[in-house]
Amino acid sequence: MTPTNTQPVRTWSKPRWIKSPLLRYLLFALIILYVVYGIRAFEINPERIALGLSRAGKMFGSFLRPDFLARKNYIIQGILESMAMTVVATLAGVVLSLPLVFGAAKNIVPRPVYLLSRLILVIFRSLHVVVLAILFVIMFGFGPFAGVLTLTVNTMGFLAKLVAEEIENINEETLEAMRSTGASWLQMVVYGVWPQISARFTGLVIYRADQSFRQSTVIGLVGAGGIGAVLETAMGRYDYRTAGAILLVIIIFVLLGEYGSSAIRRRLV
Amino acid sequence: MLEIRKLTKKYTAGPQALKGVDLSIKEGEIVALIGPSGAGKSTLIRCINRLVEPTSGEILFHGVDVCKLGARALRETRKKIGMIFQEYALVDRLSVMENVLSGRLGSVGFWASARRKFPQEDVEEALFLLERVGLADYVDTRADQLSGGQRQRVGICRALLQRPDLLLIDEPTASLDPKTGRQIMRLITELVRERNLAAIINIHEVGFAEMFTQRVVGLKDGLIVYDQPAGKLDADSLTLIYGEEDWTSLTSGADADDDSEEVS
Repeated sequence: MTPTNTQPVRTWSKPRWIKSPLLRYLLFALIILYVVYGIRAFEINPERIALGLSRAGKMFGSFLRPDFLARKNYIIQGILESMAMTVVATLAGVVLSLPLVFGAAKNIVPRPVYLLSRLILVIFRSLHVVVLAILFVIMFGFGPFAGVLTLTVNTMGFLAKLVAEEIENINEETLEAMRSTGASWLQMVVYGVWPQISARFTGLVIYRADQSFRQSTVIGLVGAGGIGAVLETAMGRYDYRTAGAILLVIIIFVLLGEYGSSAIRRRLV
Repeated sequence: MLEIRKLTKKYTAGPQALKGVDLSIKEGEIVALIGPSGAGKSTLIRCINRLVEPTSGEILFHGVDVCKLGARALRETRKKIGMIFQEYALVDRLSVMENVLSGRLGSVGFWASARRKFPQEDVEEALFLLERVGLADYVDTRADQLSGGQRQRVGICRALLQRPDLLLIDEPTASLDPKTGRQIMRLITELVRERNLAAIINIHEVGFAEMFTQRVVGLKDGLIVYDQPAGKLDADSLTLIYGEEDWTSLTSGADADDDSEEVS
């Protein structure tokens, strides 16, 4: 183990992530082959692309001359409906999420409650908002009621997951301190847990309201009411000038919502 | 007042933290619990108010076995056992006063506590305690604005506002500088004596244990290996508790405490 003079330079290079060179190059080759196979499977057809491009030109041409007036009443009604859906879904979501918020925090509830809450949470969160909307439309028919349910469930999943994680990160000693005074579980939550998460909770609620409004424009496309439903109708009638106007309105409202929500959240810290 | 018999604690998927601890504490007795990290000191005091569930054994508090209590009776017992923590365990976003008053949670109804409507006598006592520990000017300050020593004083007030018979104190000085640590130890022992409370203090600074308490108990690997009146620790007993080490600087008389403070 003594250093010898025959080896004056000791080199070093970063160990490769995949050690075997054969395996490494084989993986590269497989990935490239798969991409080639995938592209062939898409049946890319130059004729259809050319046709599509001219259609796209016509569509965007119409978008550039948006027509706000022809279906003005529908647009206003759609926006108001989207806003109402957002507000109702956010409030309902906050109230209904509370049991899940605390139930899904490992450090403050018994294990069975935690597991049950997490199970509900996984189900809520694994359903994408569009899938949820389709389910609720099938159950309760077209219209904003299905939309409100969709956004409520989505809000519950979002808030419960993020806030429960926040609770799991709070200082364990403060919870012990509350328990050691003989406080009840509710008192521990009100004194030990809530003050440590309230600012973050409020911030997430505002962020979530903003997100709900954006989602309300999408779920309308599958029949769950709001401005999205008006957009869907316009597109279906090839009324691209109205559709362009609706898209502009949506963009403006989303930007306003985003600006407003981040302005409020900045004041919360 | 407190009688622990054959107490064991085995953590699931963890070590056997306590291997049969017997310990009895009299009314008004201040006991230092020393021992290496991992010896089970924290587990032992947390078993007494069942923040940690003991595996077997008995803990008789005023003659009643704490281990057998149901939820409601356990809360009643916890009211009589105050606790002070290493990292103070204050709720940062609550005010000093709210933190102190939270010591009364076990005795005040839910809605009253949620609306911060505490009985007049509790409010007066809280203010008196804050004055006593020198925090009269910080009543409505948010807890996260305070220094470490100030925060520990709030923790002390919270524990005392419970009007406990027994105080469990977990490493009260471990997060403080030597001077503040010494002041906090003096304050705790003064207040404990004034009220004739019993107290168990987990502590790493052997010097503080000898200086401020009446009895020193050494815990090692989940067993009590030393139990003597304060002032009798020597190199041999320290080796027994902590293992082989050169203990001369700690036991060589008058400036022993200063040494222990410098290394802490």
